[in-house]
Amino acid sequence: MEYFLQQLINGVTLGSIYGLIAIGYTMVYGIIGMINFAHGEIFMIGSFIALTVFLALAAIGITFLPLVILLMLIVAMLCTAAWGWTIERIAYRPLRGSFRLAPLITAIGMSIFLQNFVQVTQGARVKPLPPQIQGGITLMDSPSGIVVQISWIQIIIIAMTIVLMTAFSLIISKTSLGRQQRACEQDRKMASLLGVNVDRTISLTFVMGAALAAVAGMMFLLYYGVIDFYIGFIAGVKAFTAAVLGGIGSLPGAMLGGLAIGLIETFWSGYFSVEYKDVAAFSILAIVLIFMPSGLLGRPEVEKV
Amino acid sequence: MTDTTSSASANRPEGAERLSEDRRDAMRGEPPFVEAPSEDTRLVRSLKEAAITAALVAVLTVFFFAFSTDIAVGGLSLTGNVSLWLKWIAVAFVARFLLSYFVFGGERPSIGGWKKVAAATAKLRLGKIVGVVLLLVAFTLPFLLSTFLPSQNRYLLDLAILILTYVMLGWGLNIVVGLAGLLDLGYVAFYAVGAYSFALLATNFDLGFWVCLPMAGLFAAMWGIVLGFPVLRLRGDYLAIVTLAFGEIIRVVLLNWYDFTGGPNGILGIPKPTLFGLEFSRGEGSFSDFFGLEYSSIQRFVFLYYIILALALLTNFVTMRMRKLPVGRAWEALREDEIACRSLGINTVNVKLTAFATGAMFGGFAGSFFATRQGFISPESFTFIESAIILAIVVLGGLGSQLGVVIASVVMIGGIELLRNLTGLQAIFGAGFDPTQYRMLIFGLAMVVIMVWKPRGLVSTRSPSAVYKEKKTIGADLVAQGEGH
Amino acid sequence: MLKENRNWAADPVLSVEHLTMRFGGLVAVDDLSFDVGRGDITALIGPNGAGKTTVFNCVTGFYKPTEGRIALRRKHGVSPQAIGDLTKSGKQYSEDADKAVFLLERMADFKITEVAGVARTFQNIRLFGGMTVLENLLVAQHNKLMRASGYSIAGLLGLPGYRRAAKAAQDLAVEWLRRVDLIDRADDPAADLPYGDQRRLEIARALCTDPVLLCLDEPAAGLNPRESAELNGLLKSIRNDHGVSVLLIEHDMGVVMEISDHIVVLDYGKKISDGTAAEVRSDPKVIAAYLGVDDEEVEEVERDLEVSAARPSAEGGTR
Repeated sequence: MEYFLQQLINGVTLGSIYGLIAIGYTMVYGIIGMINFAHGEIFMIGSFIALTVFLALAAIGITFLPLVILLMLIVAMLCTAAWGWTIERIAYRPLRGSFRLAPLITAIGMSIFLQNFVQVTQGARVKPLPPQIQGGITLMDSPSGIVVQISWIQIIIIAMTIVLMTAFSLIISKTSLGRQQRACEQDRKMASLLGVNVDRTISLTFVMGAALAAVAGMMFLLYYGVIDFYIGFIAGVKAFTAAVLGGIGSLPGAMLGGLAIGLIETFWSGYFSVEYKDVAAFSILAIVLIFMPSGLLGRPEVEKV
Repeated sequence: MTDTTSSASANRPEGAERLSEDRRDAMRGEPPFVEAPSEDTRLVRSLKEAAITAALVAVLTVFFFAFSTDIAVGGLSLTGNVSLWLKWIAVAFVARFLLSYFVFGGERPSIGGWKKVAAATAKLRLGKIVGVVLLLVAFTLPFLLSTFLPSQNRYLLDLAILILTYVMLGWGLNIVVGLAGLLDLGYVAFYAVGAYSFALLATNFDLGFWVCLPMAGLFAAMWGIVLGFPVLRLRGDYLAIVTLAFGEIIRVVLLNWYDFTGGPNGILGIPKPTLFGLEFSRGEGSFSDFFGLEYSSIQRFVFLYYIILALALLTNFVTMRMRKLPVGRAWEALREDEIACRSLGINTVNVKLTAFATGAMFGGFAGSFFATRQGFISPESFTFIESAIILAIVVLGGLGSQLGVVIASVVMIGGIELLRNLTGLQAIFGAGFDPTQYRMLIFGLAMVVIMVWKPRGLVSTRSPSAVYKEKKTIGADLVAQGEGH
Repeated sequence: MLKENRNWAADPVLSVEHLTMRFGGLVAVDDLSFDVGRGDITALIGPNGAGKTTVFNCVTGFYKPTEGRIALRRKHGVSPQAIGDLTKSGKQYSEDADKAVFLLERMADFKITEVAGVARTFQNIRLFGGMTVLENLLVAQHNKLMRASGYSIAGLLGLPGYRRAAKAAQDLAVEWLRRVDLIDRADDPAADLPYGDQRRLEIARALCTDPVLLCLDEPAAGLNPRESAELNGLLKSIRNDHGVSVLLIEHDMGVVMEISDHIVVLDYGKKISDGTAAEVRSDPKVIAAYLGVDDEEVEEVERDLEVSAARPSAEGGTR
């Protein structure tokens, strides 16, 4: 039981990170219907920027932790958002409305480019960062010696995810930007005729997705303390899996899918074998899609004859 | 572009379709948001754009060029390299200024000039000539190389073998993606199945390459059907992500099933192919001994080269032949409209499965060739990036085009590989410059650039599989893309 | 001109019985029964949203009906007893030489075309746009050619048996292209054809599957009067020369009234009238359903309908 609880906490934390990345996938897919394969790399870039900012702040003597984290967060979100905007502008916008596989290929190309760009400029070796936030709350201390603990960093991750999720849900449902996004999702041409600046809306979608990925990247860095240029791929695939699992195009679905993937992975590692955790996640994905082709919360697609 | 497309504009549709087309034309683009042309002169405008670009590059690269993290004693250290950062900002400024001033010119920024070039190159007859020339070169390549470039003979032959392997893989995947229109992101799984089934059969049962080759193909085809059966009900991107997942599952299983696959250590000592029992080695009973030639290691490379050439040509022959058979036509019909297929009594599940299995079979052949060429395989060789490269070759070449796959393979694989030789660049970038380091970086960039330049791929016209009177090629804009509209 | 006997009762090729189709809470088709006579042109009409296309999709297997039976008889004189037995047996169809019966509601969509011999067209034309006109017609002969090509083995080897079959298939395709007057466009991509040609090509393609029953979903939609008249001629010749029964949905009353041997009228998923063109035309319920008018205005509407029925045939006559 204690073990189960501990795994549950770990799973929710991992799931929060996946969920934040998955939102980027799901928003982009919703609005322009493409798999933004480079989104995992955006997450990786966010993580690297956060690391560099941390080291730079340390170098100039700022060590007050809340301030450091806040600055890391702001700079990483801004810079990563610029990357998201640029990628959309260079690789996707010229191909909008053309052959469907073309943006997928540029996305894969961008992903290869970014991975190697970071590898070349920052080196291929893993970057370890000693844990910055230590300690936590002990929830349960059983006589058998298993301690259930939720660490501060886990609390921060989960809390921040909840805050960001709420904020984004509000943006999508209440603001005019959100309305424009939903309009573009339904019918881009009609939205454009009605005075929605489609290009700007799509760009902003990428910017928002990238900013969230940067948050995920920073939290990944603080939580695991190890990053390299390759983390984007596997996290990206998992997050996309999460988005599809939750029903692509749906924000709550992305979060739910992220949690599901995080929990599946953690429990599988905890109770069966660590080696096959990816197999478990992907198998669940395949099974869900085969029996519920539109994911958990997606709208079912009715075949029009 | 071709005669067909010009005749298409002459035969404007009539009736309701005309109306709907007009409406579509009217709604194309983003009409209300074409920005008002600014009042600035070209120079000022170009300078402004260049400044914006430079600022953007500054923001993007500040944490990658100006700072870099290194592992130092007791953690990480930060090193600065501001001059590199400033250099790139300057490069961005100048490049954007020149582009804005000269290329994009006074008119709105567009890539219209490129499109004209593209249209000029897409000639109908050209394809056939290029194909024949390429085939002749392919047949005589080992002799050409040993005559003209003896010093680099072995290296270039090896490169040619690599390119042909990708050509074959591309042709195999072309059946699935190009003809049947099913987006498969896990093609490398079948490559792996072929390689591993050959390696395991050969090392466990002591069987030779030629016995195992068809078995490996069949195994891969079987896997194609096993994996295909559950997933082929899915559409578009869902299909893509599930095939990707299956590719990863197979790799992870290969990596972790130590007893059977050797795990990350892979399988060693995979036998080399023989020519009717003659080995390519020194001594009694070898190829050189039998024919009374002097032994040379190059002989084995030439032999391998002709094996992969034959395999690739077999793939091409079967594909071209199948296109003209009912099953191939059903693949293309499936890509065009699945519902119409079903209304014509076509069992779409079977059609998809045959496409999947045929593509997988050729992947399996290529896989066992890869295993015999390397003599060693490990899960490292079958990552997602391989699937991505093969898919990129198919899409860059032009979906469904056999010639396009060849051109794309030569350009992408050969061109990138040739970077190794560009040591001359050290003169520009300093002695520490190692071009191989930038291989994949340039590969990724090239994928983006080519796609933006020609979204439909290099060879994008479709040639019909049956002709009544006169063969006309079909413009890419009419051909559907299959699953995932 | 029009057959006066009630062929659909005497020799039905298709019997739809108690067909009901629900989508969630919506009842699109409600306990609908009608027969389609062998060798007749039967029109299914009704206002928008009456459930006509849903009936079509049930007959051609694209939807599985919630309730009801759809039986297709290949030959004349299958007893209701035999159909009842088949229904009880749980099988999809029986193919005894003279008593072939197919329970379409149990069969997969492609099986309905392949085995039972029902072909269809679509309201929004579904051609293989990137393939040539000729290729479109060859795809329609897929199952026949697949068998001839020995499931691709004989075809790959280029055996003479397959080559003969391929030649025969091409000849059939060319024959149909002549019939629908598209032979000059045989090598053009289907998407390049004007709208009216695309409609005819879709019909030719459906006929290449060698059907017993041809289902046409609004074949005259978007056609100009001349094309409409040509379509009438084509449909009649399909019925007369090829013995194919035709079931069509159509809004163009000119077409319907002129060529139909039998008309079934739907409204809100229910059958409101069933009979010859003349009977239906004078049925007050039909007029009310179409125009939502009171009975006093019926006569006026009746006159309009007669006018619209007369016009295209007159045009057809002048050509």
